Amino acid sequence: MNWETVIGLEVHAELSAASKIFCGCATTFGGEPNTRVCPVCAGMPGTLPKLNRAVAEYAVRVGLALNCEITRHCKFDRKNYFYPDLPKAYQVSQLYAPICREGRLTVVADGKEKSIGIREIHMEEDAGKLVHDCSGNRTFMDFNRCGVPLLEIVTHPDFQSGAEVIAYLEKLRETLLYLGVCDCKMQEGSLRVDVNLSVRRTGGEMGVRTEMKNLNSFKAIGRAIDYETKRQIEILGKGGRVYQETRRWDDENGVSYGMRSKENAQDYRYFPEPDLLPIEIDDQWLKMIKGSLPELAHEKRERYINDYKISEKEAFIITTHKNISGLFETVSELSGNPLESAHLVTGEIMRLLNQTDTLPEDLSLDGRKLAALVNLVSDGKINRNAYRETVEAVFTRDVIPEEYIAENGLMMINDDEAVIEAVKTALSENSGAVADYRAGKEKAFGFLMGQVMKRLGGSGNPDMARKALKDALK
Amino acid sequence: MLIDEKLIEYLENLSCLTLSDGEKERLTADLGEILNNMARLEELNAKGVPERSHPFDDVNAFREDEAVCSFDRALILKNAPEENGEAFVAPKTVE
Repeated sequence: MNWETVIGLEVHAELSAASKIFCGCATTFGGEPNTRVCPVCAGMPGTLPKLNRAVAEYAVRVGLALNCEITRHCKFDRKNYFYPDLPKAYQVSQLYAPICREGRLTVVADGKEKSIGIREIHMEEDAGKLVHDCSGNRTFMDFNRCGVPLLEIVTHPDFQSGAEVIAYLEKLRETLLYLGVCDCKMQEGSLRVDVNLSVRRTGGEMGVRTEMKNLNSFKAIGRAIDYETKRQIEILGKGGRVYQETRRWDDENGVSYGMRSKENAQDYRYFPEPDLLPIEIDDQWLKMIKGSLPELAHEKRERYINDYKISEKEAFIITTHKNISGLFETVSELSGNPLESAHLVTGEIMRLLNQTDTLPEDLSLDGRKLAALVNLVSDGKINRNAYRETVEAVFTRDVIPEEYIAENGLMMINDDEAVIEAVKTALSENSGAVADYRAGKEKAFGFLMGQVMKRLGGSGNPDMARKALKDALK
Repeated sequence: MLIDEKLIEYLENLSCLTLSDGEKERLTADLGEILNNMARLEELNAKGVPERSHPFDDVNAFREDEAVCSFDRALILKNAPEENGEAFVAPKTVE
């Protein structure tokens, strides 16, 4: 009998609001410890939290994009726990009436389409950062991150493989980025994923699940799922028992280890948060948020394919990141040439991103310069080689294309006489190759063509040169 | 709700405190007293009063998303029992 894996996810997304969820401290990442802290987020007695309107709006945006029901009357609850990362000894979260419920996200994994159920999305405050003294006996607390707004997006246990999980996370990240609500930088912790996993005999009763934390990349998530699946099957195969526990993934060594047992430790004693008023989302507000939703990746893909006649493959590459599709749209609009712009973005720009190890989120290119280049190459003013060279110079050094082309003599030579002269010289200096060609060696033509282009300094019009060379060899 | 030694020990464990026998005894009495007082609420006739999660009728008290200056660090740290000039310091606590 076969084993089946059952996985559910909890994703924490830090919202890109300028200020914290309940106070006006800035949410910027990093910085000197405890420099973005006030009495509210430090949990001083007598302070009163006040909800950041943008947090509720961002939550509704995500809920709408994930086809959720929006809870029209929602509220906050206190989750009590003792750990010094939250100075109040409780986290303000939502248990009884989360802002969004029962949504869906359709993903494609292993060539198959699958609809993943979203159980709920709730708003909560992030905790601070602890640094433990290795040698001594102390813990240092930095509350800069305390109160940074978070959305927790919880799925039903609908996944059966690592591939499905990764496909979901990629689509979720893409959606959050396009909505402009989260920068999704896993390395900075703005997107954090906990994996709940159990195994069972195919069609049998649900097994005991473990929760995995400290997963810092999609790759690590895939590896951790494979490891945990294998671990549980091994234990159960030998007649053993899986314990419900939180496990920490150690990506360097490719293993996970138990952190704490959930059997006796956690009792959060939730109760309604008395310091915050409930939130009521009326029709008008909901309509306004709906109207402010930007075009999402899958909608952009459809538009590119239908309106611009761009290939499905290119449309997919362009929409993998908001910055890439943003660049494409600028170049396409300014040049009036969407097809050539698509080739540029999916070809040269993607190649340069890979070559320089640049993440799409760090991409900053002047679309006007690229649009000018698209026009120069499609008008036949520069040839493909000069085009690629100048694109690279814009990418790496932000040069001004027209200046760069002039300085490096890259403007295409469309001058008949110059081309004929170059052909003449090439032929007289390479009589061997000329003889070879005349003796039927087709390959010699390519060599002679290279010689002609070389004499034109690489900026010759290749069509013109080919024709002149053929004429001369007749 | 019955406050007994078992419950006090559970709460002690949950809040990571260590109580002396004397403190446990006193807390059992104090918490029992508090609950007895709260139990008097049950004597009220609440028939027809709808269930609610908040004492006020108001909803939607928002602030706009604007980052303002945080407190001076030295001022915030002043409230800490122990600090090192940049961070709050607590006895080592590892999850």
